[in-house]
Amino acid sequence: MASLTISEIRKWFGTNEVLKGVSLAVEAGEFLVLVGPSGCGKSTLLNLIAGLETITSGEIKIGDRVVNNVKPKDRDIAMVFQSYALYPSMNVRKNLAFGLETRGIHKDQIEKTVKRVAAMLQISELLDRKPSQLSGGQRQRVAMGRALARDPVIFLFDEPLSNLDAKLRVEMRTEIKELHQRIKTTIVYVTHDQIEAMTLADRIAVMKDGIIHQFDTPQQLYDNPSNIFVAGFIGSPSMNFIKCKLVKKAKELSVVLENRKGDSFLLPVGKADKSLEKWIDGDVILGIRPERIATGFHEQEGNPQIHEIECAVEVLEPTGPDTLVFVNINGGKVTCRVSPHAAKLPGESMKLMIDMSKALLFDPETQNRIGR
Amino acid sequence: MRGREPVMVGERSTGAVIGRIIVYSILIVAALYFLIPFFVMAMTSLKTMNDIRTGNLISFPREFTLDAWGKAWSSACTGINCEGVKGYFLNSVQMVIPAVIISTLIGAVNGYVFSKWRFKGSETIFSFLLLGCFIPFQIILLPMSQTLGVLRIGQSIFGLIFVHIVYGLPFTSLFFRNFYVTIPDEIIKAAKIDGAGFFKIFWKIILPVSLPIFVVAIIWQTTQIWNDFLFGVAFSGSDSQPITVALNNLVNTSTGVKEYNVDMAAAIIAGLPTLIVYIVAGKYFLRGLTAGAVKG
Ligand SMILES: Nc1ncnc2c1ncn2[C@@H]1O[C@H](COP(=O)(O)OP(=O)(O)OP(=O)(O)O)[C@@H](O)[C@H]1O
Ligand SMILES: [Mg+2]
Repeated sequence: MASLTISEIRKWFGTNEVLKGVSLAVEAGEFLVLVGPSGCGKSTLLNLIAGLETITSGEIKIGDRVVNNVKPKDRDIAMVFQSYALYPSMNVRKNLAFGLETRGIHKDQIEKTVKRVAAMLQISELLDRKPSQLSGGQRQRVAMGRALARDPVIFLFDEPLSNLDAKLRVEMRTEIKELHQRIKTTIVYVTHDQIEAMTLADRIAVMKDGIIHQFDTPQQLYDNPSNIFVAGFIGSPSMNFIKCKLVKKAKELSVVLENRKGDSFLLPVGKADKSLEKWIDGDVILGIRPERIATGFHEQEGNPQIHEIECAVEVLEPTGPDTLVFVNINGGKVTCRVSPHAAKLPGESMKLMIDMSKALLFDPETQNRIGR
Repeated sequence: MRGREPVMVGERSTGAVIGRIIVYSILIVAALYFLIPFFVMAMTSLKTMNDIRTGNLISFPREFTLDAWGKAWSSACTGINCEGVKGYFLNSVQMVIPAVIISTLIGAVNGYVFSKWRFKGSETIFSFLLLGCFIPFQIILLPMSQTLGVLRIGQSIFGLIFVHIVYGLPFTSLFFRNFYVTIPDEIIKAAKIDGAGFFKIFWKIILPVSLPIFVVAIIWQTTQIWNDFLFGVAFSGSDSQPITVALNNLVNTSTGVKEYNVDMAAAIIAGLPTLIVYIVAGKYFLRGLTAGAVKG
């Protein structure tokens, strides 16, 4: 278990700058998840940490040691790849043992380790099979086992679950979390699945276009995203972004919402303070999560933050526990999460309660969070 | 065996049957077209000269005899020597085996580097190497003969081996590279993290999955080098001529009567090794060319 410190890392592939100054400090034993859309440089960053690519500028420290020029095998890391990358000609036992053999570890010791890891991951019966004779989930386990056998100071996972079917993915997710709680080794885990990120991480780094947009705990990311990208990326269904006018009325700031019929509603967003002055009588983007627009909330009586609006239902999407209702506000589609029996049919008008306590405002130009 | 069409069960339409008949007819005609010359050769080589003079070209021998084969092997005249093609056959064997092994092994390492250890400029080097596949060999006869002179291996089997290795490399490198690019790079990365280096990865991870492409490279090289005439005639000394050159000399040596049966026997002897290679390993050739390295 070791800390990992990444400072101002840049990586160019030819004329293409893929990482544009990435800094991260991961504590020893922490579970870091790197999340971001395809092509944003997650794998590249992981390869740099592993030493499989050379960094153009910046510094990587594992523990107290700068590893910029240290070979992958000497960094004391282990990596699990998206494609599992099992050695095709070797059986499971040899796959698990390979990294130990190349390090000249004694045969008896290797055998013990392989047994222990195989038991831990429940692959003991598979030890004599070739990778081509394994199912996807079994391969995934072997790939994890190969990393575990080495007992490194940092684990690197590159989308290890993305090739599994949905059910297995959820199961393995839990197993990985349990595993981490047991071994407490530092983990850097790449995914583009935000649910995986939320459920696994101690802290999440949200990346886009080679830049880390926010690095925080899952709950902080969810409640206090620093810009529209992060806000939209974390959470499912995604946060609603409603373009609206910010107005000032008796020291109170409000946004103006309008349904398709033209009825307009004034929703207070807090006291007029300095930070929002610039946008008064201009456009802002209101960010509100679907579960904050419902047919009712606990303790809603007298809560000054909860307001009623009325909109026509356009589309229904039942998910089981809730039903997603799509309505039109200010000319855009807005998702609301209501209880199934309360949902009206498409075309009908519906009363909805909006809880503004968690509402956020964004600057339409910079897309950054404003106010508060 | 993925990708196979499902077997049709039940009645086939008349159209399909007619289609089948046409396809098979064409295939049979094509096969006959290729086989008849060989048939004539084989029959002629088993006839006596008397038989040849009086019979016609495609008739069966009236009496089967291996005399012509014996003569071709050990006493027919090639130029001024009258010791048959035996010695030249051995020359060819001595040339083909090391040339095939060495060019295949180097090709494997080349392919490994060009696919898995790319470096700045490696793609350019690879494209230059590929030019070697398209160079008409007549062009390089003179410079190569000078090179062999400088290396002091002109007019010898070593010289021929050298030339065949050099001009086999573009093909073997291409074969191996194209095969190895189908091995996921992540496997190599995993091995690097596991502590394996260049040769250990090659030895422990790449080679064990390389059998199909080795078969391809070996068949290709064996056929090419065994059948080569141009380099053989240009760079061999009188005691290092390969069988192809000897066959030419044998056929062109005129001492009175032209012995077609001996010529044919010698020609079949010259062609037999590649024929056997094809029959034994031909199906692996196609399989290896189309196979990827890692299944599943
Ligand atoms: N070896 C390379 N040479 C050139 N460009 C590369 C190389 N590797 C990656 N890139 C580029 O760098 C960018 C980031 O790639 P990377 O693989 O890190 O993305 P990613 O975030 O892992 O995406 P995904 O979620 O699809 O795996 C991409 O635009 C990719 O084309
Ligand atoms: Mg990736």
